[in-house]
Amino acid sequence: MSPQVEAAFARLPEYLAWHVLLSASALGLGLLISLPLAVAASRNRHIRWPVLAGASLIQTIPSLALLALFFPLLLVISAASEDLIGHGFSALGFLPALLALTLYSMLPIVRNGTTGILSVSPAIIQAAEGVGMTPRQRLFQVELPLAAPVIMAGVRTAAVWTIGAATLSTPVGQTSLGNYIFSGLQTENWVLVLFGCGASALLAMATDQLLGLIEAGAAKRDLKRAAIGAAGILIGVVVALTPLISFGKPASYVVGAKNFSEQYILAEMIAERIEDLGGEARSKEDLGSAIAYRALASGEIDVYVDYSGTLWANVLNREDNPGRQAVLEELTKELAERDGVLVLGSLGFENAYALAMRQDRAAELGIETLDDLARRSASLTMGGDLEFFARPEWQAINEAYGFDFQARRSFQPTFMFRAVTSGDVDVISAFSSDGRIAADDLVTLDDPRQALPPYDAVVLIAPDRVNDARLLAALRPLIGAIPVEAMRDANYSVDRDVDKLRPVEAGRALSRTLGLD
Amino acid sequence: MVEPRIALERVTKTYGAHVALAEASLTVQAGEFVALVGASGSGKTTLLKTINGLIAPESGEVRIEGEAVGALEPHILRRRIGYVFQEVGLFPHLTVAENISITPKLLGWDKARRAARAAELLDLVALPREMAGRFPAALSGGQQQRVGVARALAAEPHIVLMDEPFGALDPLTRDALGDDYRALHERLNLATVMVTHDMTEALLLADRIVVVADGRLIADGAPQVLAASSDPEVAALLAAPRRQAERLRARLGESA
Repeated sequence: MSPQVEAAFARLPEYLAWHVLLSASALGLGLLISLPLAVAASRNRHIRWPVLAGASLIQTIPSLALLALFFPLLLVISAASEDLIGHGFSALGFLPALLALTLYSMLPIVRNGTTGILSVSPAIIQAAEGVGMTPRQRLFQVELPLAAPVIMAGVRTAAVWTIGAATLSTPVGQTSLGNYIFSGLQTENWVLVLFGCGASALLAMATDQLLGLIEAGAAKRDLKRAAIGAAGILIGVVVALTPLISFGKPASYVVGAKNFSEQYILAEMIAERIEDLGGEARSKEDLGSAIAYRALASGEIDVYVDYSGTLWANVLNREDNPGRQAVLEELTKELAERDGVLVLGSLGFENAYALAMRQDRAAELGIETLDDLARRSASLTMGGDLEFFARPEWQAINEAYGFDFQARRSFQPTFMFRAVTSGDVDVISAFSSDGRIAADDLVTLDDPRQALPPYDAVVLIAPDRVNDARLLAALRPLIGAIPVEAMRDANYSVDRDVDKLRPVEAGRALSRTLGLD
Repeated sequence: MVEPRIALERVTKTYGAHVALAEASLTVQAGEFVALVGASGSGKTTLLKTINGLIAPESGEVRIEGEAVGALEPHILRRRIGYVFQEVGLFPHLTVAENISITPKLLGWDKARRAARAAELLDLVALPREMAGRFPAALSGGQQQRVGVARALAAEPHIVLMDEPFGALDPLTRDALGDDYRALHERLNLATVMVTHDMTEALLLADRIVVVADGRLIADGAPQVLAASSDPEVAALLAAPRRQAERLRARLGESA
């Protein structure tokens, strides 16, 4: 077995356990809400339409967006509960994933439940009344048993959807089989992506088959078959969940990471340093850019690396650019005052947004600066990562240089680099520490008007950890210790197509090179 | 004086502008077999359903063995009244025995007593006992309605209501089941009210025939009393069976 696959298997018990716990809880909760809704909708025609339309509406929201929407919502509710009863709760991870998936599972159950109950023949309803059943007895002894096969068919659909959509809970900080897919996608580790897809597909298929047994049992009034299906589901859930007894205990430190290689590498480095000093650490990867800072400020995660320009624009909402050092100083002061967050210091390199082009193409068009690019932009196509065109940095350079691109396209970063090397787009948004710039023969364009703020990589510490001696001791040696070339090499060792390193290996190699181990 | 099993007093029910029942009064004693006849939409089924509370009248009173129906919980009332209707309505997910003993189960009879009762009723409606474990789908139409009758009688009701009970059966089955039910009615000293649009069936089975037209009870009496009626509507209802009988006699010869 290749080391990549071996490494993937090693993480399977944990990922699978969380995936099963999440999907099963969401489905259970979905059933608990949906069945009474279905009963109410079948009883009362006035609420039938709103209930079914509401469930359909939820289904039209892309599942990733639904998951993401729960984070700010829960943040608000958590803040309110903190004010009211003095206790907040985690707005990241399990809770938003559970709620979104629960909503997502409801439509097939509500729809099939309503249809199933309504399709019981009027003669049988009349008989149930005639023999002296109360409405409740009629529901439980006649309508639900007769609707059971239809309801179970809905539950099957809901289960397959939920298990598939649960992979998307990784970006909101909930470990799932999606961790394989998202980190594989970032590091171009296709084996990992396939592994994640395969595992979640197998899980969905196995669940579907077992639920199918229950459905057939209900339809054929074959109790034995239904019991085998139910027992299979129960045993499967219990077996899958056993690893959580050991994995589930809260780690003493949570290291956050956004969704790209550099972040994974740095998070692994930080985690190892904490463990070297006797702490326990686990990472929460693939956090969205906006989510990461809020997660830190609210104590969801204890430490992560962000970039000064990103914080400047997105957190402080500043558009001016007073220069690298001033930004860093003001940021340190403002974040401490506002949120109690400690900016421990810069790691020593910048990972700035920069626009990059293929070297030959830039030479051919005579483009060296963003001013040159603006003059030619009407005939060029611009590619950005998924968030770039929504970011203030884009607005800033767009206002400063007045671009007028022929077309703009958004990509997942890996594919963005493919697009520029293949000529699908002419210019892309890149990061200055990205190893692929050198490897793909790209050139970054100068920013003579200084529209883009500086992007020093800075270590941020959560408010309740600012006096944590062990954590600070583990991290202080990193400050100012990582030059951009070293970071670029480490990033490339993870991103390249051959001899790929895993982020944890790249982190160790980087520590070794810099004498930090 | 013994309370009548069923007593309706000036019962009225309207659906919008349509008057389904207009001040209908009716008394049924123990042992009586009453047929309600009349055209479609005359109100005979509405009348039947006011007896077991499936329809609540706007005014007037329905009493069962002296108790006002309106004062009883509907499901408690219905457990005391057998109900048989054309579509049978056997529960497809329950066995024959479970179907028969559903009302006893709702009344909290224990398992042994229910099983014994189900066996007794299979005998009573002339079905083999080994049918107890089958599901309704495996039964013929006639067998299903026999189970329907058994289910109606399971909790030992004093009253049985029947709504076109044999309407969907073939003539031979219908005849046999009608006769068998009539015998049961006598043996158990029931009060039976049967809705039918088939005058011949009413004449053959019932002690009393009540003619319903436009929500009113226009005639009420034994078959021979009705036969002597001068009311044109009643005469029209009796004309068809009379004609049929004459033609049958003519075709089959005097010996028939």
